[in-house]
Amino acid sequence: MTVGTVAIILFIFAVLAMGFMPIMTWVERKQSALMQDRVGANRADILGVRIIGLIHPITDAIKMITKEDFIPTGAHRFLHTICPLIAFTPALAAFAVIPYGGQYSAWGAEWSLVAADVDYGVLFVFAIGSIAAYGSILAGWAGNNNWGMLGSMRVSAQMISYEVAMGVSVVGLFMVFGTVRLTDMGIAQQETFRLLGFLEHFGWLGPGNWVVDHITLPMWGIVVQPLAFFMFLAALLAENKRPPFDTPEGESELVAGYFIEYSGMKFGLYTAGELLEVVVIAGLMTAMFLGGWSLPWISDEELKYGIGLLLGPNMGNVIAMVIHVGVFFGKLLALIFFQMLIRWSLPRFRYDQVMNLGWKILLPLSLANIVVTGLVMLLIKEVTG
Amino acid sequence: MEAALFYSFSIIAVAGALGVLLNVRNSINAALSLVVTMLALAVLFIMLNAEFIGVLQVMVYAGAIVVLFLFVVMLLNLRGGSMGAESQPVLKAVGALIVTAVSVKLALLLQLAPRPWPEISEEYGSVAQMGQVLYTDYLLAVQAAGVLLLAGIVGAVIMAKRSID
Repeated sequence: MTVGTVAIILFIFAVLAMGFMPIMTWVERKQSALMQDRVGANRADILGVRIIGLIHPITDAIKMITKEDFIPTGAHRFLHTICPLIAFTPALAAFAVIPYGGQYSAWGAEWSLVAADVDYGVLFVFAIGSIAAYGSILAGWAGNNNWGMLGSMRVSAQMISYEVAMGVSVVGLFMVFGTVRLTDMGIAQQETFRLLGFLEHFGWLGPGNWVVDHITLPMWGIVVQPLAFFMFLAALLAENKRPPFDTPEGESELVAGYFIEYSGMKFGLYTAGELLEVVVIAGLMTAMFLGGWSLPWISDEELKYGIGLLLGPNMGNVIAMVIHVGVFFGKLLALIFFQMLIRWSLPRFRYDQVMNLGWKILLPLSLANIVVTGLVMLLIKEVTG
Repeated sequence: MEAALFYSFSIIAVAGALGVLLNVRNSINAALSLVVTMLALAVLFIMLNAEFIGVLQVMVYAGAIVVLFLFVVMLLNLRGGSMGAESQPVLKAVGALIVTAVSVKLALLLQLAPRPWPEISEEYGSVAQMGQVLYTDYLLAVQAAGVLLLAGIVGAVIMAKRSID
């Protein structure tokens, strides 16, 4: 446990808890307003200053904290109190393994921009995510409410179903990159491959052809495993329980579903947890499928070396770090925007549609994806030797 | 530091296991005590460098199996003393016998183990090492387990289908 690690953990907490969470509520309001041709939240002000509705998250927080914290009669007091925390904490913890930059060294110091660079990276996110399910499943039961119970039943069925699809859909990606460590995935995605290289390997073109050598694609997850990208995203969205996968909380039928009996900040924790999961999903998808922190076609070393030629190796590392963190958060924001787009575009799926998508479409397709990936990998190995 | 972590998580694991046994009146509490035990065991596995096993412990047991327990308990609405009221002395005696026999066997095995414990590398128990061992040395066992699980799934589907028809 070095000072650097503590600094990185504090950075994650500051960015996620203090920065992203309030702003996400603003993003959701403003984006829905944009898509529905409204102005959106803009009334809250401090001494007349409104800054395009950014005061609203503060008023939200004040409202949540000052409301009565109500525990219904017949509720399981301990579980009722602890459930929002179980639902919220894993989302925060999952960010520990997501790298938002590579490794840098300047003036004798070494930085690695990930809080925990563990061998079991992606599996940690899956494991911690499966713990989050308890926060939702028990909430409805602990509140002693029939709507809540129905929501809990739905949420447990949905989360178990999609955990299967979620795990199996990315096995192909693990096969291609040969690792589940997220930093190694980031490094593997900096490589490029020749799109027309097969022409040369089959002997249809001689080696050293200019066109073959210069049409390259980055080895991003979305390029080598496009099907897995969409299946994994669908499974993650279903795990997040936001629309269109929000049957467990369906307002029109279950009032609010599993968190119906919560008020004040406990209710706020559920909302905040879901929004924070949106950020985690975006971060995970970025690290696994969108090349992580790196720019396409430019590897870490090339970038550091290139800037280093102009400004010296130390500044080269520092500026490369700033660029990489910026690139990572840029991709992250794009994916958050995309998720909000889905949330405000599609109506809620019916319960049987949710189950059909998980078991009859995503699972067979992911299994087929594994087989095809294995065959293609064998073929490539045979041809290139 | 390591000893402190080990003892605290061991105590949590044992306390959780006792919680499973003592919560005969409330099956949800018992299932949650099981989760606590599983999580504490996962921490112990990770401390032993068996990180992959530790994470699988959380994913499979805490994340899937106990969730299914909860699902069933909530579906059948087993609230209050609707379970575990009748005592089954024969089963209890057999259970106690098995537990004692396994404990004695484990203690004997630990006595026979060479001291000091052999040094292991940092890589031991990593995902790559586990995969290497499972898909080379124990390939047949892995395949057999896979076929068994498939048979279980097919059986479950047939039984569910029959009750629907």
